[in-house]
Amino acid sequence: MTWEAIGWYVIGAFGLFIFLSITVMFLTWIERKFLARIQQRMGPMRVGPHGTLQPIADVIKLITKEDILPSWTDKPIYWLAPLAIFIPAIAIWVTIPFSETLVLQNLDLGLLYIAAISVLSVLGLVMAGWGSANKYSMLGGLRAVGQLISYEIPFIMAILGVAILSQSLSLIDIVNDQSAIANIIVQPLGFLIFLAAGLAELGRTPFDIHHAESEVVGGPFVEYSGAHWAIIQLAEYVNTFAIAALIAILFLGGWSWPSMPFTGITNDFLSLVWFLIKIYAVILLIFWIRGTFPRLRIDQLMSFGWKVLVPVSFINIVFTAIIRFYNLHWSILTVISLISIGIIFYLIYKTPQKSRKKDSIRIISAKDAVNNPPKNYGDINVR
Amino acid sequence: MEDQANKTTALNAASQKLLGILPSILNQPTLQYRTNIDELTVNLPGDLVHTICKILKTHTDTAFDYLTCLSVVDYEDILEINYHLFSYTKRHKMVLKCELKSTDPTISSISNIWRAANWFEREAHDLFGVLFEDHPSLDRLLLPDDFEGNPGLKSYPLHEYKEW
Amino acid sequence: MKISENINESGSTVDMLINMGPQHPSTHGVFRLVLQLDGELIVDAEPHIGYLHRGSEKLCETESYSQVVTLFDRLDYVANLNSELAYCMAVEKLLELQIPDRAWYIRTILCELNRISSHMLFYGVYGLDVGAMTPVLYGFRERERIQSLFEQVTGARMMHNYIRIGGVKEDTPPEFNENLHAVVLELEKAIEECDELLTQNEAFLARTKNISCLTIEDAIDFGVTGPILRSTGLVEDVRISEPYGIYDRFDFGIPIGSTGDCWDRYYIRMQEMRESLSIIKQAIKQMEPGEVQAKMRRIVRPPKGECFVRTESPRGDLGVFLVSDGSQNPYRVKVRAPSFANLQAIKHMLEGVYVADAVVILGSLDIVLGEVDR
Repeated sequence: MTWEAIGWYVIGAFGLFIFLSITVMFLTWIERKFLARIQQRMGPMRVGPHGTLQPIADVIKLITKEDILPSWTDKPIYWLAPLAIFIPAIAIWVTIPFSETLVLQNLDLGLLYIAAISVLSVLGLVMAGWGSANKYSMLGGLRAVGQLISYEIPFIMAILGVAILSQSLSLIDIVNDQSAIANIIVQPLGFLIFLAAGLAELGRTPFDIHHAESEVVGGPFVEYSGAHWAIIQLAEYVNTFAIAALIAILFLGGWSWPSMPFTGITNDFLSLVWFLIKIYAVILLIFWIRGTFPRLRIDQLMSFGWKVLVPVSFINIVFTAIIRFYNLHWSILTVISLISIGIIFYLIYKTPQKSRKKDSIRIISAKDAVNNPPKNYGDINVR
Repeated sequence: MEDQANKTTALNAASQKLLGILPSILNQPTLQYRTNIDELTVNLPGDLVHTICKILKTHTDTAFDYLTCLSVVDYEDILEINYHLFSYTKRHKMVLKCELKSTDPTISSISNIWRAANWFEREAHDLFGVLFEDHPSLDRLLLPDDFEGNPGLKSYPLHEYKEW
Repeated sequence: MKISENINESGSTVDMLINMGPQHPSTHGVFRLVLQLDGELIVDAEPHIGYLHRGSEKLCETESYSQVVTLFDRLDYVANLNSELAYCMAVEKLLELQIPDRAWYIRTILCELNRISSHMLFYGVYGLDVGAMTPVLYGFRERERIQSLFEQVTGARMMHNYIRIGGVKEDTPPEFNENLHAVVLELEKAIEECDELLTQNEAFLARTKNISCLTIEDAIDFGVTGPILRSTGLVEDVRISEPYGIYDRFDFGIPIGSTGDCWDRYYIRMQEMRESLSIIKQAIKQMEPGEVQAKMRRIVRPPKGECFVRTESPRGDLGVFLVSDGSQNPYRVKVRAPSFANLQAIKHMLEGVYVADAVVILGSLDIVLGEVDR
């Protein structure tokens, strides 16, 4: 490798880092604004027009804040944990392309690299949980690991389904392969699995179990403050952006679907915009889910992961492989996927221990009840 | 519209009925039954409280399943414990009163009859220093463990307290 | 203590003691729960209360009868008017006062509104407890409307001191009826909106259905009252078992659950808001102009005696035991706080559930620590 190439890598990495930082600032703003819209309020309005400078104010606040080190912490682990969360979050971006040429380094085994790197950030969560010497952190860190083993298999399986369709692990190849038809139409099931597993990987509602504020008070991050906390937050949003980008690349056809009737620089620019629009659509979907969903319990996530996502992702892979092997038309896979989705939703809807009807609540007329005391417990007069 | 709203100064029908059957159920000739506004009130000696509460709860005609309130009133030399009882199935209510000497406020706990009594008794112990025998854990409830004195008592100074 | 001390020499694990509170986002005040955990499972739970103990009952003994109302505002600070009502009813019972009709209608309308605002708060924070962040803002939006209405009537948003012995402080302002009507219409819509947002949500059902099912027998034995008791299936409401005020003039329903789980407790409160609205609407129709304060002496001096009054506050059976020695100050005031008795059952409910459920169960009790600790 020449010095020139190394120079370009350094510049590229630096540019990527700057880009991601700015994106994260924008994401925090857009999340607050978007949630505020859902919740019928204004969101940040004070700093800059419509609060656009709020993220900058936040960054300044976080950096200038005192960085507190609780006295019982396991010091090296405690300080290294934010880095262990942050580095994988950035490293994953090495191979995520923005267009055919705009990528730091396209890897032939890009998907494998992503699947491998994305797991690493959990190590940081466990380190933070242990190092903080706080029982809530500890619970949160262990929850993160418990979560990992239940979503990681479907996560990889969903990626695998795409790889089988495209016959490649390189992200650029996968995008180009979708120029005719996007994977979300061929594999709606795979898309849903990836979305669910991705939300779990991000630790976002309804799977924000490891840092659940109302239960473990922020989980592994309880004790962090100032710049270290900022780094953790940065990593979290970078991850959100990465998962959204992956969904756009793997399932929404990236920049190539539907293909643009332009050429040259116009095409490059417009397809980049098109790609970003897709990413932000996915991000808004994630924020929307955050605004409306309660949190699941850790055992519910695990049983959802193992009893629903894992078997379903195997079904997805098997049928994809069959279609691919016998060169059948893709619409057969669509139909199979849709049928499976229907069955899954029906099964979830019919979960036996939850009677869904509201008629477990009866309304007794007060006028009747005044004169009729219950004969024995459970004796009722229905209005 | 006549105001049922404002006045129920007499026993209601359910409590009247209770007054009729109570002497035969309790079978304690020495007890005095009186009416206080709309409540049937019985004064009990301390050693009878547990037995009578048990009868009142388990007997099918009284069926006092709900201990509404347990309160202590400090009359300087006497601590009066009030048990307010209510029955969900019969909709009648009554008050048991038990007077304890404030020098030796000891009474048997009824927390094994109504579990509701547990915290009420702990509170009474906390604020008034009443000792409930056979209570599972008679610790301080509202006040810190190392608090001294029983602030519910009339003898406890209100405005000359020490900052804790 | 370092966490590593929890691992003993033989390598086997020991239970972890964890302090939930007094500073924890979902203990609804300063309440401390010492949990003994085996992994995520709760082995044992020990509630500690008293962080907000202000000696209200003792303070009542030093204030005159009409001053005590302000202390009752500060007991259940979410449903202030309901606690004021309970105290005033107790004094009126001793005084054998006749309260004018209009005063009762105003009291009933305001108390039922306060019940709705209290349940709206519950709705919001229960959403937070299960991890949904939007309900709290919807709940507070409605609570805000009710509080603005209170402000017009009582002059205060929370500490009203409006219900007085013998009636209410003053008649409602002229624009009250119009504003009340608007609020009722808005609430009607809002309750449906809130219902749609959370009630049938899949994750919410998963978190609350069949969690901490309380049997009727246990509930009664623990002295649990209010929505939690009704969720177990017992038809009980002080408004029907010992009717007070003018509740016998209204046709309203009592929501009764069947399983006693957290979802039933939640949905009973949603239904109660609807029933409260129906009471308010009937009261608006029946209300006529008139006096709002009974004829009585300015200095309240009830005769020697004692009485016990039960009312149905949003949290359950709020009782006031009042002893008078004939002087200007009450001799003894004992508050039978519903949250206090409801909270007793928490130890029983928390056995063998997950930590995450502990939050959901505690939230479903809807405690107000001002009332628990008094």
